[in-house]
Amino acid sequence: MDRRDLLKGAGLAALAAGFGVTRALADDTVTLPFANGERPLVRYPQKRPLIGLTSRPPQLETPFQIFNNGPITPNDAFFVRYHLSGLPYDLDPGKFTLEVKGKVDKPLKLSLRDIRKMKATEIVAVNQCSGNSRGFFEPRVAGGQLANGAMGNARWLGVSLKAVLEMAGVQSGAKQVVFDGMDGPPSDRTPDFAKALDFDHAADGEVMLAYGMNDAPLPFLNGFPLRLIVPGYYGTYWVKHLNEITVIDNVFDGFWMKSAYRIPDTPDNSVEPGTTPKATIPINRFTIRSFITNVANGAKLKAGNTTLQGIAFDSGKGIKDVAVSTDGGKTWTQAKLGKDLGKYSFREWKLPVKLAAGSHDLKVRATSNSGETQPDQPRWNPAGYLRNVVETVRVTVA
Amino acid sequence: MRRTFLLTTAFVAGLAWLATGGAVAAPVNYKTPKETAAFKPGPNLDVVQNNCSACHSADYVSTQPPMKNKQQFWQAEVTKMIKVYGAQIDDADVGKIVEYLAATY
Repeated sequence: MDRRDLLKGAGLAALAAGFGVTRALADDTVTLPFANGERPLVRYPQKRPLIGLTSRPPQLETPFQIFNNGPITPNDAFFVRYHLSGLPYDLDPGKFTLEVKGKVDKPLKLSLRDIRKMKATEIVAVNQCSGNSRGFFEPRVAGGQLANGAMGNARWLGVSLKAVLEMAGVQSGAKQVVFDGMDGPPSDRTPDFAKALDFDHAADGEVMLAYGMNDAPLPFLNGFPLRLIVPGYYGTYWVKHLNEITVIDNVFDGFWMKSAYRIPDTPDNSVEPGTTPKATIPINRFTIRSFITNVANGAKLKAGNTTLQGIAFDSGKGIKDVAVSTDGGKTWTQAKLGKDLGKYSFREWKLPVKLAAGSHDLKVRATSNSGETQPDQPRWNPAGYLRNVVETVRVTVA
Repeated sequence: MRRTFLLTTAFVAGLAWLATGGAVAAPVNYKTPKETAAFKPGPNLDVVQNNCSACHSADYVSTQPPMKNKQQFWQAEVTKMIKVYGAQIDDADVGKIVEYLAATY
């Protein structure tokens, strides 16, 4: 089967999805629940209609109801985020090479074929944009105004970065590993998008180079033909169209590490709303989050028995517990957790509840195996990162 | 029914892909949809189009939140584009762009 056949398959799947999904996909706009939240639904190749944030470079958000369809986010529904408008639209996978260089004994140039010949590894892991949910920040902050759909969970197939680094023979004194992809700025004066991980993290055996996503090649807009997978870490590190890995013996000082994607260096990485942190550090692990996925805010429900369901995830300690409140947080009941797909995956949860007539604030709160849980009040930082307040869904029951 | 079909399609495509060792042949030649987002009418629109559109589409501006102090917010954004992202904007145009943004968004 060649690539075109595969694309046809993806098209069919998108068509099938289109028939079943209701209101939001039938309209050509959606309104996200914050001021100036109106967005077009846009259709890109290999993607079903998604929420269009920006068109050049493309940024697409997943309509939230898709997270109710199962713990794996389909490739054609997976969010898209680029920083710079120079995308490698005409890249030739047959000529693609991954270069491994810097403080290594044996610099490498690997083709996709070379990489696919190596021992494959697989992991289910959530990718989440650092700015996911930024539109809910109060006071509002500049940047991509996203609701909760800049996240997704997929089964990634590829090779461990550790194996690639071992093949190249890392020299002593290696401190960080720098990752650069084929996408770049429209002008030389704009800093190219490159990210770095500490060497020990890069070589931990979990960080991987993925060519497969949910048993298919990566969609172009999700980094085809190769992307970095950094389980438990925000998407900014998951470099797309990855073609350059450089081992360095110092700390990388590129703009996207040194100046952008920084969080306050405070105990909970937040500051008083509207203020500037005294010191910052690079953004790193996900905060723990949970969502109700089968009831939308403002929904009208029938009095009596109903089952709430949703998802939870954290940075890789694993979800220990999900608790649900139907009375605005006064009392909490433990939900039943779904199948464990791995500590970096979405974990489904379910809870039958009985609702009396009236207005109810439904809340969900996850706790990880390390004891991390979600705050009742939102934490704030100037870039609009790390949001993980206990989510509330207000419903009317009659 | 719908979900079953979807899963089946993905599964069959995936199996075929794995069976061929994930062979890839042709260049991607990915085509994005036509860019439809446009800057709203306002003062100095031509200056804004000439400068801002070089690097990004108009929706980068139109989706920003409604801020209390628009002048200050947009001045900071334009300064960021110049200092941080290397936008080459003539000094004479900076004020015009900020005026347009503060008046229009």
